Amino acid sequence: MNKDWPLYEVFIRSKNGLSHKHVGSLHASDAAMALENARDVYTRRSEGVSIWVVKAVDILASDPGDSEFLFEPATDKIYRHPTFYDVPDEVKHM
Amino acid sequence: MTTIASLEDKFYQTIDAEEKIEPKDWMPDDYRKTLVRQISQHAHSEIIGMLPEGNWITRAPSLKRKLALLAKVQDEAGHGLYLYAACETLGVGRDELLDQLHTGKAKYSSIFNYPTITWADMGAIGWLVDGAAIMNQVPLCRCSYGPYSRAMVRVCKEESFHQRQGYEIMTTLAKGSEEQKAMAQDALNRWWWPSLMMFGPNDSVSTHSEMSMRWKIKRFSNDELRQRFVDMTVPQAELIGLTIPDPLLKFNEEKKGYDFGPIDWDEFKMVVNGHGPCNEERMAARLKAHADGEWVREAASAHAARKSNSESRLKTA
Repeated sequence: MNKDWPLYEVFIRSKNGLSHKHVGSLHASDAAMALENARDVYTRRSEGVSIWVVKAVDILASDPGDSEFLFEPATDKIYRHPTFYDVPDEVKHM
Repeated sequence: MTTIASLEDKFYQTIDAEEKIEPKDWMPDDYRKTLVRQISQHAHSEIIGMLPEGNWITRAPSLKRKLALLAKVQDEAGHGLYLYAACETLGVGRDELLDQLHTGKAKYSSIFNYPTITWADMGAIGWLVDGAAIMNQVPLCRCSYGPYSRAMVRVCKEESFHQRQGYEIMTTLAKGSEEQKAMAQDALNRWWWPSLMMFGPNDSVSTHSEMSMRWKIKRFSNDELRQRFVDMTVPQAELIGLTIPDPLLKFNEEKKGYDFGPIDWDEFKMVVNGHGPCNEERMAARLKAHADGEWVREAASAHAARKSNSESRLKTA
């Protein structure tokens, strides 16, 4: 029964040269079935050339409550961006 | 310190800024409950919605029509799955959702409790029922809950062909023999009013609307969407020579839209409460499909268990 069937997250590469992107999830009895079902559920209109399925329980996600200390330190480090630095106008592109 | 009030402030700031709420974010209980109710009803409607059309797959009048109908019904299964998955991100299990459908605790759209007695019904369903669904669903792509909004983007993208194939069926019949035209008109007569009911009760009596608007789950009121649907559909009917079954229908110059007759809400309530023409038949078909699939689920589980056992034996050997 589904009760025992793990949840798999599905990632699809839409074409070579692009990375796999999360598209949704589904339940399956094992990884092989997850892959087959992902093909039927998420690629009915040529959306992809490659599929990854990953058990949802194997994904460790950051806690939204930690967002402040995880991500905010980056916002005041404007010296990490090119526009922080002055170059003479004569230099057209750098 | 994080208090409920500060969490609630942050939640409403996110909503007001038109940003999305994601599964692990804090949300008010009622927001969660409302979403679970709405998304699961929506998922159930996709699943039950396969039945009236499934009825005609083997009797489609040509291979082209059969392929289109098969693809449409397969899409509906897919849409049900996207929606169940979105609903599960709110902390409710798939089995629990299916149980709610199977025990009658959860509702599905009442429109699917009407019978599909002629081929023209496939046309009317695609044109009117999918048309009304699209009208409801397009604003849901901007819904404040991330997983629901993403599921709706996929659904809307895929569904645009559903309405066109339905209208094409109606157009073909309307241009055909007298009998075919009569069949198309009869289907329109039977599906028109139930399609208008799909938008839900009038704003003056709608119980869930106000909070849903505040939470940006809902963007437009039932009556606004219904009016848009009427204004869009009436010219389409005229174009193919069919008549909307409403003697009070009349273009209102002032509001640049159609006035239309009163909806029979007693009929709506009767069907919602289980006394429509096909409520029992639909539930019986769903329960049978679930029961008939039991051995497949058991076999898949047994296969997965055996494979994982033999893999772990190999690893320990």
